[in-house]
Amino acid sequence: MSKLTNDQAQAYWKRNLSLMVKLMVVWFIVSYGCGILLFDTLNQITLGGYKLGFWFAQQGAIYTFVVLIFYYTKKMAALDREFNVEED
Amino acid sequence: MELQTLTYIVVGFTFAVYIGIAVWARAGSTKEFYVAGGGVHPVANGMATAADWMSAASFISMAGMIAFMGYGGSVFLMGWTGGFVILAMLLAPYLRKYGKFTVPEFIGDRFYSKAARAVAVVCLIICSVTYVIGQMKGIGVAFSRFLEVTYETGLLVGMVIVFFYAVLGGMKGITYTQIAQYCVLILAYTIPAIFISLQLTGNPFPQLGLGSTLSGSETYLLDRLDQTVTELGFKEYTTDVRISTLNMFAYTLSLMVGTAGLPHVIIRFFTVPKVRDARSSAGWALVFIAVLYTTAPAVGAMARFNLMNTVEPQPGQYLAYDERPQWFKNWETTGLLQFEDKNGDGLIQYSANKATNELVKVDNDIMVLANPEIAKLPNWVIALIAAGGLAAALSTAAGLLLAISSAISHDLLKGMLTPDIDEKQELMASRVAMAFAIAGAGYLGFNPPGFAAGTVALAFGLAASSIFPALMMGIFSKKVTKEGAIAGMVAGIGITLFYVFQHKGIMFISGTEFLGSMSPNWFLGIEPNAFGCVGAIVNFVVAFAVSGFTKEVPDSVQELVEGIRVPAGAGVAQDH
Repeated sequence: MSKLTNDQAQAYWKRNLSLMVKLMVVWFIVSYGCGILLFDTLNQITLGGYKLGFWFAQQGAIYTFVVLIFYYTKKMAALDREFNVEED
Repeated sequence: MELQTLTYIVVGFTFAVYIGIAVWARAGSTKEFYVAGGGVHPVANGMATAADWMSAASFISMAGMIAFMGYGGSVFLMGWTGGFVILAMLLAPYLRKYGKFTVPEFIGDRFYSKAARAVAVVCLIICSVTYVIGQMKGIGVAFSRFLEVTYETGLLVGMVIVFFYAVLGGMKGITYTQIAQYCVLILAYTIPAIFISLQLTGNPFPQLGLGSTLSGSETYLLDRLDQTVTELGFKEYTTDVRISTLNMFAYTLSLMVGTAGLPHVIIRFFTVPKVRDARSSAGWALVFIAVLYTTAPAVGAMARFNLMNTVEPQPGQYLAYDERPQWFKNWETTGLLQFEDKNGDGLIQYSANKATNELVKVDNDIMVLANPEIAKLPNWVIALIAAGGLAAALSTAAGLLLAISSAISHDLLKGMLTPDIDEKQELMASRVAMAFAIAGAGYLGFNPPGFAAGTVALAFGLAASSIFPALMMGIFSKKVTKEGAIAGMVAGIGITLFYVFQHKGIMFISGTEFLGSMSPNWFLGIEPNAFGCVGAIVNFVVAFAVSGFTKEVPDSVQELVEGIRVPAGAGVAQDH
């Protein structure tokens, strides 16, 4: 485990931030977007007995949240390896 | 076997398990007491976090609220889960990297000020105490309803159990009991839901059953539900917006941000060994939470459906009051279900019209508690519900009490008032603080202040507007100064309390609300419980504004921030 130079630390943080922003956009879209703002529009479509907007608000958003966290964990583990900043 | 006996056996068995764990998991050091030694496996911590997080409100009340709010109830589903995404990405890994014991400790170090730490302690205690009152009430109510002891006796038994494992084991004891409590509560929640989903739709997964057709029919359950509620004059179940789209947006955001800012949840992530464990542990916590949260909408909708079908089996054909089922009688005696024969025909007419509705009271909580009885499930399932409700309330109460007692012993005593005490003395102090916290919470449970009903929702608003912004700015900005952070926290929590009090009364005492609870006076039409996100914005704005003209953040603190942003190999990783 080596100490990062200032530039490396900056680069690591930038990569982390950009991943985070992308995932937070998805987080926003599935909950506030599909579940609230676009609710009426999506309800035109049905998924079995579920109207789609209703499904996002009561089911879909939650499933997506779970996927987002594990995706972030996986991507960050790879980033940690790349910059050699894993804990032993 | 008699239901009463069965309930005693099931609840007694779970309590014996909790006490056994307490004896086994005693804490020998402050590190064990505050963060369970820092060696909890991320999946185990995820499970403990799920129990810590899901309170009596999630277990007992949420499905009932959804049952009567329909789509509007989605704010709880999204709000109470989406916060974990924020925790996993924006807070938990960095706070874990910092490697200290409490939330105020980080705020004090990052904002290089004992005053900031003290303000954080005050905010933490306000949030946690308002939250714990609800749990103590939940324990008392669950006991009195299922075991037919008085509310006071029930509360006392609950306090003794928590005392055992929280005082002896601290975070270590609490962690392992919470894992056991998760297992109890999730079984208690899902088993009835599976049975009911099977009965109504033939699908064993409630998540799928909710979107399926009714057994022996081509009609979807949700379509039938929409049709029935609208015929009775209610708004359509699947599209009933709560107040306004903006209000739903604000409510969801406040709950998400509040979730991420609640200290008793954050400190759970201090117990895992590594930064990457903190990330994955948040994911596991959400998996375990999602099992209940994706089941809840089905429980709510199916309970509403069953209730209406019982009262009105065929359109226009109402149930005669004399022929009401046993569960109806049981819940009438508790006062949570009330019938008033307004037109004197001996039939139960249920409708949205207040003048003719004869089911004058159907408490939200009945929807989960009576669900197994309504669906005619066997007695052991009903007994399990009692144990599950108690597990949910006890696990959350213990987590909150630990957050309170560690803020007192570690931040106030060791950090400020008596810094010279050694580890042994601090451990003793934390046990004494825990005992006092339990006694204090018990006192509030015995004498619930008038505002007890609104408290859990309030705790989210307060955490969202005070602690969350301070932590975010501490990690993501090197520019926010101590003056900025203190001013931000005070302004955020101040304006949130002010908004809630002006609409709901000072300390919720009715008659003191100077703007009335009138919705026309609401800011942009946002209800008081949804105001936390506005408080958070105020906090951010004030903190940045004040930081703009105060002395720059010292270099050593800027290095601290650099250090927490990288899991290893930068800055100073330190142990106590």
